[in-house]
Amino acid sequence: MVTGIIGRKVGMTQIFDADGTVHPATVIKAGPCVVVQSKTAQNDGYEAVQLGLVEEAPLKANKPTTGHFKKANVPATRVRREVKLVSGGDQPQAGDQVLCSIFNNGERVDVVGTSRGKGFQGVIKRHHFAGGAATHGSMFHRAPGSIGASSFPSRVVKGMRAAGRMGGGRVTIHNLKVLRVDPENHLLILEGGIPGAPSGYVIVRKAVTLKKLKVAQVEKPKKGKK
Amino acid sequence: MGAIELVERSQLAERPAMKAGDTVRVHVKVREGDKERVQIFEGVVIGLHRGGTRASFTVRKVSFGQGVERIFPLHSPTIQKVEVTRSARVRRAKLYYLRDLKGKAARMKDVVKPQG
Repeated sequence: MVTGIIGRKVGMTQIFDADGTVHPATVIKAGPCVVVQSKTAQNDGYEAVQLGLVEEAPLKANKPTTGHFKKANVPATRVRREVKLVSGGDQPQAGDQVLCSIFNNGERVDVVGTSRGKGFQGVIKRHHFAGGAATHGSMFHRAPGSIGASSFPSRVVKGMRAAGRMGGGRVTIHNLKVLRVDPENHLLILEGGIPGAPSGYVIVRKAVTLKKLKVAQVEKPKKGKK
Repeated sequence: MGAIELVERSQLAERPAMKAGDTVRVHVKVREGDKERVQIFEGVVIGLHRGGTRASFTVRKVSFGQGVERIFPLHSPTIQKVEVTRSARVRRAKLYYLRDLKGKAARMKDVVKPQG
């Protein structure tokens, strides 16, 4: 069974519960996807599928890539990502469709995307350094401070946190709750935010680190009046 | 129609057309234990914040000499209904200046309707 799908972030809104609770919600246009290539343990050493996100504008593929898509008999797609398989269900074949109906309401999912690029940032924003006092004659404001001692070790240890490029990397948000699945319009509505700006591509997959949910305890009958 | 509007459409509740300066009676469902009753919050709309299901409006009233403001999500299911009882002629979209006015100064003239 395929465990994930490629989607595109549409934006955020909010969803009301019947009791008026407001949930922040992200809308993702997930799929329709096609299996471009099925990877097997026999052939590739592991089980996975390469998915392609079917969009309005097909990819203008060069000849080798055209052949790759032709093998699966699917339209050329701009975005391809690999997702893992779990045992159970049918073994997906190249050319199969994958839709957002692989998820159910209330399920937990992970979202992998590219975060917004922040450009070159200092240590306060990038690594949450405290910085110095703004006033009282403090001459130390947003600088990183000492980055190493002098005679020993006479160098800066590797991995020292410093200013630099921030954001624009692969970010995974774990265990987001699926508020709603709309297979008709290929929409997934998740609770909370996901990485990246609207129109960014993301992978939505079944949660990998999720602990088994506790079985709901039967409520003890309350004493006195009910 | 964008995907966001598609999602929001099912959430939208029927609400009357409101404007800043309107006096409204907001019927709010209040839960007390297992019971549910309706509370009415009456006051002047001093601002509307639009935006699909995220729309909200601020109602201000003076209760025992103390100004009280409440921000309601416009499409919240806890709001049973909203009645517009009066409409005042105002020249601002946000009536935050009412916060600094008291008594007679905070009065507003009703909208002169073209017919009756």
